[in-house]
Amino acid sequence: MGKVNITIDGIDMKVPEDYSVLEAAREVGVDIPTLCYLKDINEIGACRMCLVEIKQARGLQASCVYPVSEGLDIITNSESIRKARKATLELILSNHDRSCLTCNRNNSCELQALSDRLNVRELRYEGEKTLYPLDLKSHSIVRDNNKCILCRRCISMCKNIQTVSVIDTTERGFYSNISSPFDLSLNDVPCISCGQCINVCPVNALREKDDTELVWDAINDKSKHVVVQTAPATRVAIGEEFGLPIGTRCTKNMVGALRRIGFDKVFDTDTGADLTIMEEGTELLHRLNNGGKLPMITSCSPGWVTFCEYNFPEFLDNLSTCKSPMQMFGAVLKTYYAKKTNINPADIIVVAVMPCIAKKAESKRPEMSVNGLADVDHVITTRELAKMIKEAGIDFHTISSDHYDDPMGDASGAGVIFGATGGVMEAAIRTVYEIVTKKPLDNLDIISVRGIKGIKEANVQIGDFTLKAAVASGTGNARKLLEMVKSGEKDYHFIEIMACPGGCVNGGGQPIQSSAVRSKYDLREERAKAIYAEDVKLSVRKSHENKLVQKLYKEFLGEPGGHKSHELLHTHYIDREKYPISQ
Amino acid sequence: MHIYSSHVLVCSGTTCSSKQSILIIDKLKDGIKRKKLNEKIQVITTSCFGLCTKGPIVVIYPEGAIYSNVTLNDIDEIINEHLVNGRIVKRLLSGDNNENNSYETADFFKKQERIALRNCGVINPEMIEEYIAYDGYQALGKVLTDMTPEQVIDKVLDSGLRGRGGAGFPTGRKWLFAAKAKGDKKYVCCNADEGDPGAFMDRSILEGDPHSIIEAMAIAAYGIGSDQGYIYVRAEYPIAVKRLNIAIKQAKDMGLLGDNIFETDFSFNLELRLGAGAFVCGEETALMTSIEGKRGEPRPRPPFPANKGLFQKPTILNNVETLANIPVIILKGANWFKTIGTKKSPGTKVFAIGGKINNTGLVEIPMGTTLREVIYDIGGGIPNGKKFKAAQTGGPSGGCIPASHLDVPIEYDTLIELGSMMGSGGLIIMDEDNCMVDIAKFFLEFSVDESCGKCPPCRIGTKRMYEILKRITEGKGEVGDIKTLEELSETIQAAALCGLGKSSPNPVLSTLRYFRHEYEEHIINKRCSAGVCKELLDYIIIPSDCKGCTKCIKVCPTKAITGMIKEPHIINQEECIKCGACLEACPFGAIIRK
Repeated sequence: MGKVNITIDGIDMKVPEDYSVLEAAREVGVDIPTLCYLKDINEIGACRMCLVEIKQARGLQASCVYPVSEGLDIITNSESIRKARKATLELILSNHDRSCLTCNRNNSCELQALSDRLNVRELRYEGEKTLYPLDLKSHSIVRDNNKCILCRRCISMCKNIQTVSVIDTTERGFYSNISSPFDLSLNDVPCISCGQCINVCPVNALREKDDTELVWDAINDKSKHVVVQTAPATRVAIGEEFGLPIGTRCTKNMVGALRRIGFDKVFDTDTGADLTIMEEGTELLHRLNNGGKLPMITSCSPGWVTFCEYNFPEFLDNLSTCKSPMQMFGAVLKTYYAKKTNINPADIIVVAVMPCIAKKAESKRPEMSVNGLADVDHVITTRELAKMIKEAGIDFHTISSDHYDDPMGDASGAGVIFGATGGVMEAAIRTVYEIVTKKPLDNLDIISVRGIKGIKEANVQIGDFTLKAAVASGTGNARKLLEMVKSGEKDYHFIEIMACPGGCVNGGGQPIQSSAVRSKYDLREERAKAIYAEDVKLSVRKSHENKLVQKLYKEFLGEPGGHKSHELLHTHYIDREKYPISQ
Repeated sequence: MHIYSSHVLVCSGTTCSSKQSILIIDKLKDGIKRKKLNEKIQVITTSCFGLCTKGPIVVIYPEGAIYSNVTLNDIDEIINEHLVNGRIVKRLLSGDNNENNSYETADFFKKQERIALRNCGVINPEMIEEYIAYDGYQALGKVLTDMTPEQVIDKVLDSGLRGRGGAGFPTGRKWLFAAKAKGDKKYVCCNADEGDPGAFMDRSILEGDPHSIIEAMAIAAYGIGSDQGYIYVRAEYPIAVKRLNIAIKQAKDMGLLGDNIFETDFSFNLELRLGAGAFVCGEETALMTSIEGKRGEPRPRPPFPANKGLFQKPTILNNVETLANIPVIILKGANWFKTIGTKKSPGTKVFAIGGKINNTGLVEIPMGTTLREVIYDIGGGIPNGKKFKAAQTGGPSGGCIPASHLDVPIEYDTLIELGSMMGSGGLIIMDEDNCMVDIAKFFLEFSVDESCGKCPPCRIGTKRMYEILKRITEGKGEVGDIKTLEELSETIQAAALCGLGKSSPNPVLSTLRYFRHEYEEHIINKRCSAGVCKELLDYIIIPSDCKGCTKCIKVCPTKAITGMIKEPHIINQEECIKCGACLEACPFGAIIRK
């Protein structure tokens, strides 16, 4: 990469030629304010917060999209810049629902932080405010356009990154707003509830449906036995809600806090993940040996499953029939666990703490139940759990517990790595290899499927068979990969797909980090590091060696892929029309 | 070739055809045939002559008689008197009914210099042969056979031609940048998304001389090394669209578009893209975004379109009127072009004159003509002997020029100095009955409605300014409003994303500059001396003039007027909604507006 000489506020510097003025300024310690900017995702120069003066150009310029070039002379702080930024921010605030005290994003709102930073203490330009009804119909997402500041990060995420494209700008001028086609609810369009839009929203225009009150009610209902299961990715992110560095492992604090909150039992979804590997690995081998439909594609990620149902119905038979770990585990809790503990399954409430909001919708799918009882009753996100911990007055930093509860608490490292893209593939390989070759795998770290690259490929030698595998994270990458499979350009036996870029660690229910933080750190990378650290630490790192799973098959399920498994742990999919005419 | 002794030219542009000019053409042809004169007299369907307010227009040569406001009932008389007996039908003559007032000598045309409009009202725009007969496609032939691309650009550079669409950027420089830009594919685009309220010169050129645009775009393509062009034209211009389609087909059939034009290596294809009528799509980056099939919104520059424009390829975008000048410049030369107009703004400019003026219509004048000449000599002055107050130029991005600057020569830079701009050439004349606060509000409302909504300064800033202006015109203005308007204007000018946004406060700033006292009058005295802002007016009955006839009582929709027969009536100001019905109904002039 070539470099160019530029001057920022009188400081001469050399920067890579593909830098924007904003990036260059950050290198010399000038933090130009931004609002719509989101590195690599939304660089459109719309919000006008990052205006600077450039000697070679007329007027003020948006630094986030202004490319550096040789000799560029930039001023980032002048009377006219300050005035323009502040007045523009006041204008944005004049059409914003400023009920900050009761806002879900109070203290984590980028608009609020910016107002403070730019020292806005009065609003000079009050006037008409646009009023929109809330979209409350979805099980997962709430859309509140009264909070929206039209930064369009959500659109870029939904349309360009995820290629879901269910929201865009409609109308013009003062009345322009973000909307779904035909002004339908997100519930009635092909939204996959990945929640990536929530993660990039600087304000509270998009948020998860808050189910914490339902969970409190269940805990307070003494007639119920309330158990909670926590997904792998939650433990490496929840610390961020309490000011800990990104990628801090907080399993012990989280388990301790959950117990203090009042759950009767605290279990680990990782156990469900181990179970999934047993079922999915068996299914893969069955398909390979019996001429079944290939490539087999994982089905753990409900966002991905919905995406497939809407966009690639021709691949529905390729989807593994396995329920997701959360659902499998819920089903086992309401059958095996209920029987073991002699509790009426109807009195068991299963709460799942997930890095995901699509899980909320998944748990509501009618097929996700056994004997008329939902596998999972309530799903809360990592963020919602953090709110509950705060509300309960628990000091997250000091509370600690060594272990999940018996008898469902022990999981393997293979279950943990489900939280990062490539993890399911790696876990499956660890097990399938040993089942097929009946030999221990020398190196458990399958590096080729790790990392944040959107599409990864690996050829894995299992005995004399070469397993052709691919991993995609983010539905935009999934689309690319499947198009290649469809056209015959690529050919695989097994594909892992996660709806969110980077996998569950970057799920739509994970702690929200500001644009500034996201510019500095790759959340996917930092959190994944913690996941793999957790894996290494565990004594059991292969699903089939999980004692509990072995016991479960012996005492209850029989064999993987058997009759009981199919009844409890497998599901089916629906070819969904994107915009049915009858609506 | 058949020689006719008389030619009857009838306008079929949007304005005239909306007043039955197409039926007039049919009736003329019928009548002439019945008189068995069709071998001697030819009826030609042309486009706009510019005298739109007086349409339908019929011009008969060799006399050059201009008949205006022609109706179907006048046709027999025109045929019998003029075409059979050779006597001009004086009552239908335009202007001051002077028999000598012909096409060449009429005041309306005398001071005009028609370059861009050269063929409008002269040829049948649906016949490529007529365009060719008027030197059409000669310029293209010349550049393809005699000139290098560099020479073409040099010539345009040398002519000093500046963009006629608004900002006045030198056309040759635009072409040069795109020619120098590296790219495997380059595009030539024509901006025919004419959006300024009241401006319709581009429509007239497209309707009257579509081939001139096609020829110019091919020349531009040759200059920059492009083989594909797009004309982005408003769908609201159905006649223009129809004629462009006809023209493109004709040019293709004759080998003037397509592969290996004039048997050279040069190929050029042209397609139309219809705009849905968003004002912002006249902004160059928004226009290109719209052609790409996306929501028409501006994007930040750089990168500039010359390097990364349509589909991220080097692109030039020229306005219709700019392009219409190109073939003439190629044929007659840059030096000829520079003899017209002023040093900094060579050539002519087409203006659409509207508002309080006698000759509403389209005129093409050399740059440097004064406003006074346009209004009084060409435009025929202000109707009803009213006093000139201001001229609005540049549409919603422009401003108002007061009477004190009537003698300033019209060119790009002088207008900017006056706080207005050339814009696309809308020229709206205002008289003493126009309220300048109301005018500012009108233009700002347009900008509010047409803001794309991408950046907050324009999306919310213009809305807030409009709200303040609305309050002021409703008598709810507050001291401090002017300061807030100025502050907001400054913010929008500095911070808005695109040129349209940045210039949207201009109507307010220019009226504040020249008519500040009107704002103050509205805010402090709660009066509108022009009598426009109805919330600031009172309708009053002068008791001594009132005969007590009750006519006003009968028409008042809110029963605000009371009084006995033959006794003076009274208007209850609380009830009055200022509709003005009483004033119109009063036979004695006893009701006044104050």
